[in-house]
Amino acid sequence: MAERFEVAILGSGPAGLSAAARAAERGLSHVVLERHDIYAQTIQRYQKGKYVMATPDNLPLRSDIGFEAGTREEILGVWGEQAERLGINLRCNANAETVEGSKGGFRITLRGGEMVEAAHVVMAIGDQGELRKVGVPGDDLPCVQYQLDDPEAFAGETIVVIGGGDSAIENAVALARQNRVYIAYRRAEWARAKSGNITAVEKAAQGDSLDILFSTSPERIEPGRIILRTPEGSREIAIDRVIARLGGIPPRGFLERCGIRFPADRNARIPELSVTYETNVEGLYVIGAPAGAPVIKQCMNQGYEVIETISGHPVEPADQPILAEKLAGLPGRPSVDEALVLIRDQLPLFDELTTLQLREFLLDSDTHLLFRGEPVTRTGGRAGTILLIGDGIVQLDLTDKSGATQTVTRTTGDFIGDVGFTSGQRRTSNVRAATDCVLIEMARRSVIKLLASSARARSIFERTIIIRQLQDSLSGDLSEADLQPLIDTAEVRRFTAGDLLIREGTTDDQNIYFIRSGSVTISSSADGRETVFGVEPAGSIVGEMALLYNRPRTADVTASVDTEALLIDGAAFKPFLDARPDLRVKIDQAVHDRVLRGVAYQQDPWRGAVADFLVEQGIGEATNALLIDESLCVRCDNCEIACAETHDGIARLDREAGPTFRQLHVPISCRHCENPHCMADCPPNALHRDEKGEVWIDKTCIGCGNCSENCPYGVIRMAVPAPKKPGLLQWLLFGRGSGPGEDKLAGKAKKAGAGGGDLPKKAMKCDLCRGTRGGPACVRACPTGAAIRISPNDYFRSMTEMPS
Amino acid sequence: MNRAVRHESFLAWRNFRHLKWACVLSILSVGLYLGFDFPAGHNGGTWLGYTLGTIGALLIVWLMWFGIRKRRYGPGNWSLKGWLSAHVYLGLSLVIVGTLHTGFQLGWNIHSLAYILMLIVIASGAIGLLVYVRVPQLMTENRRSQSLDEMARAIVEIDGEAAKAALQLSDEFAELVRMSQNGTHIGGSFRRIITARDSGCGTARAIARAREISRNLPPVEAQKASELARILGGKLEIVQRARRDLRLKALLDLWLYIHVPVTIALVITLIAHIIAVYFYWG
Ligand SMILES: Cc1cc2nc3c(=O)[nH]c(=O)nc-3n(C[C@H](O)[C@H](O)[C@H](O)COP(=O)(O)OP(=O)(O)OC[C@H]3O[C@@H](n4cnc5c(N)ncnc54)[C@H](O)[C@@H]3O)c2cc1C
Ligand code: HEM
Ligand code: SF4
Ligand code: SF4
Repeated sequence: MAERFEVAILGSGPAGLSAAARAAERGLSHVVLERHDIYAQTIQRYQKGKYVMATPDNLPLRSDIGFEAGTREEILGVWGEQAERLGINLRCNANAETVEGSKGGFRITLRGGEMVEAAHVVMAIGDQGELRKVGVPGDDLPCVQYQLDDPEAFAGETIVVIGGGDSAIENAVALARQNRVYIAYRRAEWARAKSGNITAVEKAAQGDSLDILFSTSPERIEPGRIILRTPEGSREIAIDRVIARLGGIPPRGFLERCGIRFPADRNARIPELSVTYETNVEGLYVIGAPAGAPVIKQCMNQGYEVIETISGHPVEPADQPILAEKLAGLPGRPSVDEALVLIRDQLPLFDELTTLQLREFLLDSDTHLLFRGEPVTRTGGRAGTILLIGDGIVQLDLTDKSGATQTVTRTTGDFIGDVGFTSGQRRTSNVRAATDCVLIEMARRSVIKLLASSARARSIFERTIIIRQLQDSLSGDLSEADLQPLIDTAEVRRFTAGDLLIREGTTDDQNIYFIRSGSVTISSSADGRETVFGVEPAGSIVGEMALLYNRPRTADVTASVDTEALLIDGAAFKPFLDARPDLRVKIDQAVHDRVLRGVAYQQDPWRGAVADFLVEQGIGEATNALLIDESLCVRCDNCEIACAETHDGIARLDREAGPTFRQLHVPISCRHCENPHCMADCPPNALHRDEKGEVWIDKTCIGCGNCSENCPYGVIRMAVPAPKKPGLLQWLLFGRGSGPGEDKLAGKAKKAGAGGGDLPKKAMKCDLCRGTRGGPACVRACPTGAAIRISPNDYFRSMTEMPS
Repeated sequence: MNRAVRHESFLAWRNFRHLKWACVLSILSVGLYLGFDFPAGHNGGTWLGYTLGTIGALLIVWLMWFGIRKRRYGPGNWSLKGWLSAHVYLGLSLVIVGTLHTGFQLGWNIHSLAYILMLIVIASGAIGLLVYVRVPQLMTENRRSQSLDEMARAIVEIDGEAAKAALQLSDEFAELVRMSQNGTHIGGSFRRIITARDSGCGTARAIARAREISRNLPPVEAQKASELARILGGKLEIVQRARRDLRLKALLDLWLYIHVPVTIALVITLIAHIIAVYFYWG
């Protein structure tokens, strides 16, 4: 006989525990089903001593259990104790596999077949998902594990690591120091890992404690041995242990199996939810991470609110006052609910959002009311956001690289800012309201989220980006109507590094590519060896020669990094250009310039080799990179010291590390990517990208390490900021504190001392000395001129002008 | 072309701006010196002597300020490379200003001591300059894209290989591998660093000894022994490069150990020199 409860809560993370606490306080019969053997699995898995942040500061906590910033151990301690005191009915090792039924009579089946019945179900399962299993017989034997906390814990064993991602590689390399390790990957080459990890594993494989087995997958695991399927046939390896790092299965599948509806979009991660977190299935709720709450405090608030709703005590969401304040500027002073309706009616961009999503979106945004003629100034530190015109007309000046300025207008529903998330070729300045206006200032991350969850928003955005890009590349005078024939054929193409856009000698098509982000290498292997003619950055047009001069393709065009390009059919472009002679002249000129540059490369193969090297280092996706000329560098490390001195005592560059070609050295230092990988997944949205391209981290960083993992160039350090230092003269004269540069000893002392682990680690990276007069300190402090920071585009261009 | 996207040496900073100023200063000094005659001949006590002396003293103070400037990392539109450019050129012109200030009147006194010290500082600076111009490139070439850390790791790896190769040989060879492992030092004493040599280098001795022993071995064994010698030879190559790296780095720093302390001595004597002059006068 199944037990019956008023509420069943799936998952005992911050969201689930907080819900359970409220249920206990309300005297609701409840059960918390937790898959693992202990509560709050996600938090338990944080690294030891991690300092957990309690952002956002302005959001009040509304929960029966406490939560304030502190170490992982403190927080888990408080939760454990309070859960017990409140009498929360927590059942561990209860993995919910299905939820069926309807309000008043849900049936939850646990792994093992046991059943639980409940009138309401709250899904608080987090977004970590279940770890992917190997999926062959024997994959749940005790010798198979899916996580590895401490590689040092094993020595002298034979271990097979399965997987080819970063964690598999990192584990394999670390284990190989003390064990005999095989890493088995089903593909023929590394496809998903960071270049640093690939180098590391290949290096380790040269020793004799690590072997890489490509195109290999497990067939069966038995105690003491594993049978692998390899290209040469079956292979048996005697093992002590198998470690499979195959990533997680996102929770969407599980939720869908329970009948919960998601937006049409395949990639959507958040289900359709009402303002009270109810799904399309009445009585079934989703809260916490899968409901879009990025941090612990929000998860806990949702837990409280959902139980209040279920127990018939509806509350306003805790963030209502914050939202009210954000929307206070709207004309006519509507209430929050009225404002939401108004915004949705006015802006097709938000058509497909649920009210909950719209709320969250607006919480992440700021609204501004501007009177006619007022200049639009971005609020402090939030440049790099995108302005959406909620109502009214805005005028702005656009300046292109040659300095020519043009005034354009934008109206309701339009965007201002770096819409393409690419380094704009034209800079926007002097933005002013032409009528009374309502502007919505949106954070980059929220826009990415919006685009991920609404196909309609995506198509509106995409169209705008296409128009802007064509105007940027061709002429700002072209109207939407002028461009219509091109837009009709336009297609966005994505290429990964190494993909061929155009093949030399072919005549199959006359497509033209407008490079949107990334860069392409133009080369020829006509005479048997590859000659590089140049690297074309975002903003260039390639492939137009075949069309203009009606001949076969004259060169290979390859994506040098992950690249996005707008493809326009030559058949549409030709008549378009024929009708506009002055545009044709402009394009002829650009082609001519490029040919000349190609000639310069050809005359001096060294240039091509350097360009190739830089492209290989991923410089093609940079907007601002540090390059050191080693023939000038006297290895004084003054650049590093200057960096540490201007940034909390921690240098954000490693001068010595990094590759060198001839005398050109690319140190480990942020390149301020066009499309920063680091920004992809920051829970508190602490990473920003300014108009000039600086990517920087604000003080709301919670130290989760996502950005550091995501950066392929290894430039983000997780570290504790150093204490403030006394002035230079005090050090010189009285020996106070430590000298200039990084305080290496202080870090050690801290670890050994009593206060170890008290201070939160934070992500630290180069911010281009943003806001510091004089620009990057590393460059200013280099006594010899060895260190420069360059925009690779300018550098590639200038290489053709340099005397060799 | 845009200056900002090109590497430009401090020597060429802003089109040799400070070289030009230094030339102006030098030519002006020489011109004045040749253009005026003094009854008692040229010396520090004439109006020209005072002028050159004042300029020289101010220059010295300003040149010293570079040590502070180098360690001030605050905001501002300064560029240390501009400062070094000025330091070097104006520092060199000090030879002329200072020498003309003395009017070639030297003797065994505090005044001449200050002059000599100044020349030492300048000479050490000039040596430093040569080092700065030449050594960085040598360092890069010597490194072959390997950092010192990577060299150390490569050495550890080769040690493992060597130990394995020795397994197939007599104990004597294992002893040689141990000798190479424990008796090879990179860095150490000043002499070792600056010469980049170690006469007792374990690896070098092991290689020599392995060759010697293998001469009397049967062909199959000899083959294995020479394989071991080859492995150790690879290690020696990296070891030598690591030593050379330390030597070059030391060269980059060494001259500063003359430049800076003598600068301090110079200031002290300079102050004494100035006070003495005023006592004479008064
Ligand atoms: C490394 C890292 C650092 C972070 N640092 C911070 C920080 O400093 N501050 C901050 O506010 N936020 C931080 N976050 C974010 C924070 O961890 C999440 O927002 C929060 O844990 C989400 O809570 P949740 O309750 O929604 O889900 P979770 O905490 O993920 O909990 C879900 C629980 O449900 C269980 N479960 C899942 N499926 C089932 C099932 N089918 N049946 C039964 N049980 C199930 C899981 O085992 C788990 O215990 C960090 C995240 C990471 C990854
Ligand atoms: C009397 C004259 C001079 C004085 C008092 C002087 C003083 C100094 C001082 C105090 C420093 C700072 C050292 C440090 O803290 O690291 C310095 C550095 C230096 N000086 Fe001089 N100097 C003089 C002349 C010269 C000349 C003539 C040259 C070159 C021809 C020269 C070349 C340099 C160089 C290359 C540095 C090192 C810069 C660096 O690596 O940071 N100096 N000098
Ligand atoms: S931190 Fe890494 S990913 Fe982010 S901008 Fe810098 S180099 Fe690019
Ligand atoms: S400051 Fe300049 S010379 Fe010194 S280490 Fe850095 S790049 Fe080299």
